[in-house]
Amino acid sequence: MQMPAPDARILARKAQIVARLRTVLPETAVISELAETRAYECDALTAYRCPPLCVVLPGSTEDVSAVLRICHEEGVPVVPRGSGTSLAGGALPTADAVILGVARMTEVLETDYTNRVIRVQTGRTNLSVSGAVAEEDFFYAPDPSSQLACAIAGNIAMNSGGAHCLKYGVTTNNLLGVTLVLMDGTVVELGGAHLDAPGLDLLGVICGSEGQLGVVTEASLRILRKPEGARPVLMGFDSNEVAGACVSDIIKAGVLPVAIEFMDRPCIEACEAFAHAGYPMCEALLIVEVEGSPDEIDEQLALILAIARRHDPVELREARDADEAGRIWLGRKSAFGAMGQINDYMCLDGTIPVTALPEVLRRIAGLSEEFGLKVANVFHAGDGNMHPLILFDANTPGQLELCEAFGAEILKLCVEVGGCLTGEHGVGIEKRDLMSVQYAPADLEAQMAVKDVFDPRWLLNPAKVFPLDVSEPRRSVALAAE
Amino acid sequence: MRPESEAELAAEIAGAEGPLLIRGGGTRGVGAVAGTVLETGGLAGITLYEPGALTLVARAGTPLAEVEAALAAEGQRLAFEPPDLRGLLGRSGDSTLGGVVAANASGPRRIAAGACRDFLLGVRFVDGRGQVVRNGGRVMKNVTGYDLVKLMAGACGTLGVLSEVSLKVLPRPEVSATLVLHGLDDRAAVAALARGLGSPYEVTGAAHDPGAGDGPRSYLRIEGFARSVAYRMERLRGLFADVAAEVVEGEGPWPGLRDVAPFHGRAGAVWRLSVTPSEAPALAARLGAEALLYDWGGGLVWALLPEGVDARARLGVFRGHATLLRGAGCAAFHPEPAPVAALSAGLRQRFDPRGILNPGLMTS
Repeated sequence: MQMPAPDARILARKAQIVARLRTVLPETAVISELAETRAYECDALTAYRCPPLCVVLPGSTEDVSAVLRICHEEGVPVVPRGSGTSLAGGALPTADAVILGVARMTEVLETDYTNRVIRVQTGRTNLSVSGAVAEEDFFYAPDPSSQLACAIAGNIAMNSGGAHCLKYGVTTNNLLGVTLVLMDGTVVELGGAHLDAPGLDLLGVICGSEGQLGVVTEASLRILRKPEGARPVLMGFDSNEVAGACVSDIIKAGVLPVAIEFMDRPCIEACEAFAHAGYPMCEALLIVEVEGSPDEIDEQLALILAIARRHDPVELREARDADEAGRIWLGRKSAFGAMGQINDYMCLDGTIPVTALPEVLRRIAGLSEEFGLKVANVFHAGDGNMHPLILFDANTPGQLELCEAFGAEILKLCVEVGGCLTGEHGVGIEKRDLMSVQYAPADLEAQMAVKDVFDPRWLLNPAKVFPLDVSEPRRSVALAAE
Repeated sequence: MRPESEAELAAEIAGAEGPLLIRGGGTRGVGAVAGTVLETGGLAGITLYEPGALTLVARAGTPLAEVEAALAAEGQRLAFEPPDLRGLLGRSGDSTLGGVVAANASGPRRIAAGACRDFLLGVRFVDGRGQVVRNGGRVMKNVTGYDLVKLMAGACGTLGVLSEVSLKVLPRPEVSATLVLHGLDDRAAVAALARGLGSPYEVTGAAHDPGAGDGPRSYLRIEGFARSVAYRMERLRGLFADVAAEVVEGEGPWPGLRDVAPFHGRAGAVWRLSVTPSEAPALAARLGAEALLYDWGGGLVWALLPEGVDARARLGVFRGHATLLRGAGCAAFHPEPAPVAALSAGLRQRFDPRGILNPGLMTS
């Protein structure tokens, strides 16, 4: 994965740039020593690292505005960072970039149960947003796996999803407003507790723009009353096709589970060895969770189980209590840890039409043999969001590259069957060069035109999302203007 | 102009020499634009419908009625409940799917299920230079590149003319029931709606009609499987033990609330306010309106005012916006703060550099 060469003129001015940033931020909020900036050299895509020019940790929207104004004047690229949990390299810096971390901006600014909205600073973690309203039995719905650590800022940048978005939607469906700071320091307010935009839906395009259009410092988020209860059921099948057909039938029947999770045999085996959840050894396993009162849950599960029985399951296991529910989820929730114990892995998140599931799984198995790398599949089946985990050994020369090539083939396959490269992780650098597989030049041109409007000099997170050769003319024009 | 294909649409726009007035069915557009009429009705037909994947793809000029019939045949529907505004705006014609998307037309269920933009999975459109652009796709989760899909929803054709849209659809619930609360004034009603929406009983509609025939009526809707609806409705009713109320089975008042039926046949200007729900009664009181209708738990206020009255002047500074849906004398769309207006203008300039797509529609 290539990154642009750092601008030597910026590197040469480091001391001056750091000094200017120190005029607007407290001493401890500007980090420039290499020993300390190393902590910011990568995000959760750890294969790629580069210490930044320096790191700033502002405490308010005003701070962010002051920092961006300086960076804009100095022509320094800025890489916004939430908690650094991006799997796509969204927060990977270059040596000439300032990392703008929002980690110190964690305040809850307003909690409004009447209008069901909470306003927070975006450095606050996803889980602690729900934590702030748990007392009144409310919650914030999007629940990415990293929710203990990931920040709302990053959730907004990547339009994060989670296991329960089949019912509740992803970040963009739960985001009501933002305070956005543009690269030149201009502060823009969009949305709020009211719904819909007065004009163009700028909020809609900010969400998922990977920190390339502005820095979101505050967010109004929809909060929901917690359901009375939830209960999962586990089903085992002897083929992926049958499990896929069962998913499709459940959806068609009019039940709307909060989650339908799918695991294939390699994944079941690894999770079982790791977590001993008592999973049946079969080809495909579904975990379906529904919500409501105990009676409502009974009714929905009866319907779901009746559908499942028509597909000759090898196992049907209903949770009778919280302990059994916990055991059903245990293996699924340990999936990534289980893989990590076996080997290094790369996690993809291409999305496909649900109906293409069996074909895609079959062809991934074929590619796995071709590349000689094992792959385990665990994913959100209800919405077709795949999570193939490719196992490789980072210490064996050439394996990372082989794994990346395999991953690229899987993502091309997702696009070929009518899907997309990424369902919830974002493009970052990881899928940047594959964008041309999904989009024609005119499609990418239209997206880049949006960045031209918000960040005319292409200083915000410039080397992400668009293939480097495609964005090069814009980035170099901006550079030449310095 | 009435192109029959996306390629023809692109050629018409590329070759256009003056402003174009983009029209689907002409049933819901607001604001006035002079120009050559460009109709999308020739771009019609459902191109893909997979009930098992909850996905429908159709050309933009496809009649909404055709889409709704196809979905109904499979027990599904557009969950965002697009309103039929013909009665309110005094229009005829057939609403098109592209028009629904271009207006982000969303009904009472918007408060629970989301707006049209939340169900829009992908678009194909032709920009102001005649360039075909594709964004999003037909899968439920997609964060591949910028979300121009949301940007196109509600852009009223000013960034491009939609040629095809793909939507997430949902199963039609087994039953629907409505709790009707009687005699609440606007403030008490909006508080009651908030209480219903803040309950765990999954309210999918929350409206208040202060001018119903026999006194004010407030409505809370619950949908789903029969037993579950019965259970939740009983619990919901229990929250309002001290209010006169009854339960209505079936779709009840919702089509009328969705289409603002209480205003049909009445003279005057129609304003549509998007506000913080709890602030709605106080804001509405500033209007001195001849009639009011609250939806979205108070977040959406329909107001009937004398022609020529500037509702925005009466409202003063507030959090939200007011659109003039029917009437003259004021800009249809709420003026945006300068930095937001600059970004919107920048986007229009990029997507439509000649300024020929519904020029000025959203800005004057």
